[in-house]
Amino acid sequence: MIEYWNPQIERMPVDELKKVQEQKLCQLVKYVYEHSPFYKKRFDDAGVKPEDIKTLNDVTKLPFTFKKDLRDTYPTGMFCVPNNKLVRFHVSSGTTGKPTVVGYTDNDIKAWSTSLARALTSIGVGRDDVMQIGYGYGLFTGGLGMHYGAEEAGCTVLPTSSGNTDRQIELMQDLGSTVIACTPSYLLFMIEAARDAGISFQNDTKLRLGVLGAEPWSEEMRKRIEDSTGIKAYDIFGTSELSGPLFTECQSQNGIHIWADQFLVEVINPDTGEPVANGERGELVITTLVKEALPLIRYRIGDITVLNWDECECGRTHPRIMRVLGRADDMLIVRGINVFPGQVESVLMDIPEVGEHFMIIVDRVNELDIMKVQIEMNDAAFSDKVTDIIDLEKKVGAALKGVLNLAVKVELVEHGSLPRSMGKAKKVIDNRKI
Amino acid sequence: MEEKMIKQISLFAENKPGRLANIAEKFKESGINIRAFTIAEAGDFGIIRMVVDNPDSAHKVLHDAGFTVSETNVLGVEMEDVPGQLAMIADVLSEKDINIDYAYAFVTKTEKAFLIIRVNDIRGAVKALDDAKVRLLDMGDVHDI
Repeated sequence: MIEYWNPQIERMPVDELKKVQEQKLCQLVKYVYEHSPFYKKRFDDAGVKPEDIKTLNDVTKLPFTFKKDLRDTYPTGMFCVPNNKLVRFHVSSGTTGKPTVVGYTDNDIKAWSTSLARALTSIGVGRDDVMQIGYGYGLFTGGLGMHYGAEEAGCTVLPTSSGNTDRQIELMQDLGSTVIACTPSYLLFMIEAARDAGISFQNDTKLRLGVLGAEPWSEEMRKRIEDSTGIKAYDIFGTSELSGPLFTECQSQNGIHIWADQFLVEVINPDTGEPVANGERGELVITTLVKEALPLIRYRIGDITVLNWDECECGRTHPRIMRVLGRADDMLIVRGINVFPGQVESVLMDIPEVGEHFMIIVDRVNELDIMKVQIEMNDAAFSDKVTDIIDLEKKVGAALKGVLNLAVKVELVEHGSLPRSMGKAKKVIDNRKI
Repeated sequence: MEEKMIKQISLFAENKPGRLANIAEKFKESGINIRAFTIAEAGDFGIIRMVVDNPDSAHKVLHDAGFTVSETNVLGVEMEDVPGQLAMIADVLSEKDINIDYAYAFVTKTEKAFLIIRVNDIRGAVKALDDAKVRLLDMGDVHDI
């Protein structure tokens, strides 16, 4: 097993790393100004010229880019290269609005694969592994992105894509998958399906590690997965606009390393756009330093996180984004209180009697918001005394109230009645007509 | 002492139409006969408790159908079908400070009445009822009722 994919880059002293960023940023600004009419207009409107960007600190002079910009210029209005330079398109699902299109040059695909190869190496995945990829292939970036990264890292890839769960489990056993890459929701679904078929992940497979992401999940969920399967569960990060899955945690499981030679990270106050103080929570903003087809300047990712430049236990100097509550656009406002589904998950997964699945339902009754959380119970926790069950509902309600500062109605539902997901799980139903 | 206890099947069900029909259908398919049955309802959900002729098979059928189900040891107390019997049994237990968590009763074709109880101290209850010469059902009795 190799320890670093590229030790010179991954362990580069921070001041050198920042010099690399500075140089690439200056080149990038010039490049997009010359090649993308969109950015030229955007910079001109903001009164900023490429020559104004001389140091890293000057990045704040540049205007932000938003998902809306990609939608408004659909399909390829922000691209910096003509079609004959592209080798691939990916298109987002468009679940929250018009889909966004991302194009890639050959170099873009290589940089994307390298980013993941570094990340996979940092969790000890490589040549000896069989990686089963249960992310969807096709327009979604998860499957193909992971596929190329895993091949680059030297894995033997089993491209199962998502769905067909019985066959996934059968192949996992027959071909000895050691790594599973999928959404945490889908892994839970697979564990449950395997258990129903009398198959234990722990005893009947060689699985040792999961690379899980594409939806927010909590530390408590990680503990559940690790305890029930015996595998190590690692968080992976990326968005389709940046490329797709790009970064993971390292073996320290303490934040996701963002490769600073390829990406410039800022954390800002989402309301004012100002940078937050070091170690403070804010919205993640990323500038792609090496992308050719669709570079993004100060792209507002929407995830709420904390940036950490401290050198990691693993010896890597690149900054980490720390797991926090979720995305700014996942946030619910219930009776004026901010609620992240991730907070709810953290609370629930910490209560052993509660099962893995939940649903948040928000209604407005007589001008008042009512939040309900539906949960299933672990079979082992079932008591046939009504009072025990009511006590459990009360216990969960009190724990949620303690964290959210909001009264929540807890409803226990039958095992199997909450939706299981093979992709990104839907965990909120908001019935309010606002 | 275990032979004096009977296995009750309990399951969690949401309080909505079709749930009981679903459970009953599963039993019909598997040839499981219900001897005694009760639903404790608590708003959104209910707990269905029953004594059946083949509890292990019932547990498997319900579990495989995806229900949250458990087996609990309860007592089946045989009573003469005459006034005063329930009072006598309740007295025997209360003298030993044993609490009845829940109870339900039925009358059989042999003109006996049976009381199914879950208590907070099942061993204590078996002893107290034995000492009072009260007969307890075993699983054989349940099968033959």
